Amino acid sequence: MKPKPYLSSFFLLLIAFILSLAIGSVFISPAELWKILRGLGDETFTFIIWQIRLPRTVLIALTGAALSGSGAAYQGLFRNPLADPFLIGVASGAGLGAVIAMSIQWPYSFWGLMAIPMSAFIAALLTIFVVYFLARVGRTVPTTNLILAGVAVSSFATSLTSFLMLRSTSEVRRALGWLLGGASQAGWTAILAILPYIVIGLGILLINGHRLNLLQFGDDQAQQLGLNVTRTKTILLIAASLATAAAVAFSGIIGFIGLVVPHVIRLWFGGDYRRLIPLSIIGGASALLVSDVVARIVLAPQEIPVGIITSLVGAPFFLWVLRTAKNQGYW
Amino acid sequence: MLKIQNLSVSYKGHQVLHDVSFDVKHGEVLALIGPNGAGKSTIIRAASGVVPSTGQIRTNGDDFHALDPMQRARYMAVVPQAISLPPAFTVWETVLMGRTPYLGFLGNASSLDEELARQSLSKVNALAFSDRRVGELSGGEAQRVLLARALCQSTPILLLDEPTAHLDLQYQVSLLELIRELAHAENLAVLIALHDLNLAARYADRVALLVGGHLTSIGSPREVLTAEAISHAYCLPVHVVEHPFMDSPLVLPQ
Repeated sequence: MKPKPYLSSFFLLLIAFILSLAIGSVFISPAELWKILRGLGDETFTFIIWQIRLPRTVLIALTGAALSGSGAAYQGLFRNPLADPFLIGVASGAGLGAVIAMSIQWPYSFWGLMAIPMSAFIAALLTIFVVYFLARVGRTVPTTNLILAGVAVSSFATSLTSFLMLRSTSEVRRALGWLLGGASQAGWTAILAILPYIVIGLGILLINGHRLNLLQFGDDQAQQLGLNVTRTKTILLIAASLATAAAVAFSGIIGFIGLVVPHVIRLWFGGDYRRLIPLSIIGGASALLVSDVVARIVLAPQEIPVGIITSLVGAPFFLWVLRTAKNQGYW
Repeated sequence: MLKIQNLSVSYKGHQVLHDVSFDVKHGEVLALIGPNGAGKSTIIRAASGVVPSTGQIRTNGDDFHALDPMQRARYMAVVPQAISLPPAFTVWETVLMGRTPYLGFLGNASSLDEELARQSLSKVNALAFSDRRVGELSGGEAQRVLLARALCQSTPILLLDEPTAHLDLQYQVSLLELIRELAHAENLAVLIALHDLNLAARYADRVALLVGGHLTSIGSPREVLTAEAISHAYCLPVHVVEHPFMDSPLVLPQ
């Protein structure tokens, strides 16, 4: 596994992508997929792939990439192995922002759709700053404070979200399934609406790997080595929140992907952020695609929200990390 | 030359450093001594810009307060105490981070940067373990690596914040020996906060005694380390005798 991290992770992503296109209420074999790709496939299958499976697959892959990439960045920024967009409350905050946008203007138009990630982004930024100021002690952010502040702020945001849903029209109530992490609303328009946020957010994280590395030595040393610490941290927090908000806006709240994937990458390939960020992005896309495939088949023909699968795997993993994080040499 | 004039630092409305002024010449090691809380580390932290201060910190006319962290890091490098280093990085990667103030936007190191990192590692005799992870090193090895990282910054000024505090005796001696040699050989202006008066007496060209945030005396070890001044500063009667084997004073608590 070790020698070629990029090759192996791209290979995994390719397999996950093909699985996600092939598996569903009807099975479409890879041979058939190849035909459809060349425009020679069965008409029904072609429609299913281009209008349903492909947009859903792309949305899920983007979501996994954004959550996992921003999770790795939050961990580096807080120097805390348990920072995850879900656990520190950013995802719930973004969810609240998205629901507020929905209750004002249910997305019929393209611009209506654009308003959702924008509102999610603003709410995510507010959340991250509230959690940060609640959790910090001097210039450090202790693990327990971060998680407790995250849980409290997250519960608050979730309650407001539920309240908004219950008192709103039945259309908003439909968003409940979405909020649990289902991508059934997927369509090419949704992808277009979040793509700029994800590209900009993850792009900024990708070119800042060496700066995240410096921050691992602490703010003082990073500054003495020539890094503008305050500016760097602010830019990276905004970038990570941008990616998280975009992911939450159309895929709902999907927990633990941003915790589990960067951790596994760290165990295998080390904690150098110049490698960790890109590998977490690729790995997050693959992991969420596989989770989504499981969510489609485990109660077939009924689908369950993918957030249930990631939490079932992620929560025990979280507890394991919590118990061992202190004496783990790779962190 | 590093010129510090009227440097003052306040922390939470409480002044911890009062109008301190002194110079550090090139090729000279100046040791800051004094009891805990006297302001030794505060001077290092204020000079390197990680705590806000008033007064002037300058070299060749530039006041460091006006410089951004990257410009400042081209003038002065800081060697912190080697405690809780992140285990993710190798010695090589860590030393290469000393080139940060010269790197472009994407942070890619050139072959010149790598050559300077190699030279710095060789100056501190750490080339042999450049592939090891910094989290796995002994205290003495880790401290040498941080010194190499600071040398790799290619600055005329070197600041060290109690680099020997967590080291065994043999590493304290060899590290300070190395620092003094480098200061003289490479014409560096070296400012070092030191806890141990006798190490300061032996390895510093000049010492500055701080008491309660005030600079009370500065000069050669023999001038500053008098029984009277040290007894007063530490509230403990001491004897100062001639070192039996070295040309330096030796402080002995009564």
